[in-house]
Amino acid sequence: MGVHRCRKCAADSVINMPQHRLALCASHFVEWVEKSTLDFIGKHRMFEPQDRVLVAVSGGKDSLSLWRILLNLGFHADGLYIDLGIDAGCAYSKRSGDYVRNFAQNLAPDVRLHILDLASAYGRAVPELAGRRAGGRKKLCSVCGLVKRHEMNRIAHELGYDAIVTGHNLDDEAAVLFGNTLRWDVEYLVRQSPVLPGAALGLAKRVKPLARFYERETAAYAIVSNIDYIEDECPFSKGATSIRYKEVLNSMEAGSPGTKLQFYYSFLRARKKEIFPGYDRPDLQPCEKCGQATGIPGLCAFCRLTDPEKAGGQ
Amino acid sequence: MVKVHFRDTEIERPGKITIRELIKDLGLNPQSVLAVREGKLVSNETRLGEDGEIKLISVISGG
Ligand code: SF4
Ligand SMILES: [Zn+2]
Ligand SMILES: [Zn+2]
Repeated sequence: MGVHRCRKCAADSVINMPQHRLALCASHFVEWVEKSTLDFIGKHRMFEPQDRVLVAVSGGKDSLSLWRILLNLGFHADGLYIDLGIDAGCAYSKRSGDYVRNFAQNLAPDVRLHILDLASAYGRAVPELAGRRAGGRKKLCSVCGLVKRHEMNRIAHELGYDAIVTGHNLDDEAAVLFGNTLRWDVEYLVRQSPVLPGAALGLAKRVKPLARFYERETAAYAIVSNIDYIEDECPFSKGATSIRYKEVLNSMEAGSPGTKLQFYYSFLRARKKEIFPGYDRPDLQPCEKCGQATGIPGLCAFCRLTDPEKAGGQ
Repeated sequence: MVKVHFRDTEIERPGKITIRELIKDLGLNPQSVLAVREGKLVSNETRLGEDGEIKLISVISGG
């Protein structure tokens, strides 16, 4: 079997996507990705052409590709980089930030990159907030997730953005879905969606415009668009269950192309039919300190975590 | 021989096979890697020459 020809022109294809029975050359692939993203944004009513959105950028292939795609599509998309202060012997956060800053340098002057350095804002970055002796990676990642969520909401709210946009791809979503389904975790299943509507008390709308693409497609987009991204993963992602789920799904995909797509898309269709009724969001109240929504009275989890009185304790 | 870069390693493999075959020979899943030659993305169906250089990029990200 030779190289497939691009479906749109006669050139050699650079990528073959058996799940779509589609092979494309570099320029038609870029066109296809951007057009499909626009369709997906419209179909799920993620945001409107006049909206201002905040792209959570990490320096990786997905978020930088997403930012580029949204700008190419003409959206008003600014970036937010949160410096998590993760070093782990490989200067991970520092290097990720360099990729983001480097990418942002070549953008139009009206596009902004906001940078939040946790250590300077709160005196402690993610590893210190998680506590030195706290049980390894799991605790660290949950603190990391909590901090990112809170700060993205806070900044989007303070700066008046209409939505937070993240670079999750279909493999990310399918891996989460796989885990949730293995545990039949209905509460999480109900809430898993490419669009999380905003809510009162500073909860911004959160959307995932790349959730229809396989991970190899977002990586391919970054490569053909000459986006320089950090190839290394966060050192704490080593051995994460999500990676094992991705590998399992990919080995099924290799045998029958389209498995991942079908798994995720069938879920979205089932979800629309409200197959899990009766699991509404718990009542939320404002945090006494920051005002952001929290499920428990008093301080929210983030404010408890960053409480200066607790620094050095535990 | 074809020089193959993957993560931080560099190995040599006999050429004249497709990239898909190379990926499988290395025990990798064609879903999880992309191949880049001279800075350009190349499809898995591309046949390698007798020698040359190719970079395989893992596309699985985690966390
Ligand atoms: S893998 Fe790294 S970036 Fe991801 S949640 Fe864990 S600590 Fe944060
Ligand atoms: Zn073409
Ligand atoms: Zn709070």
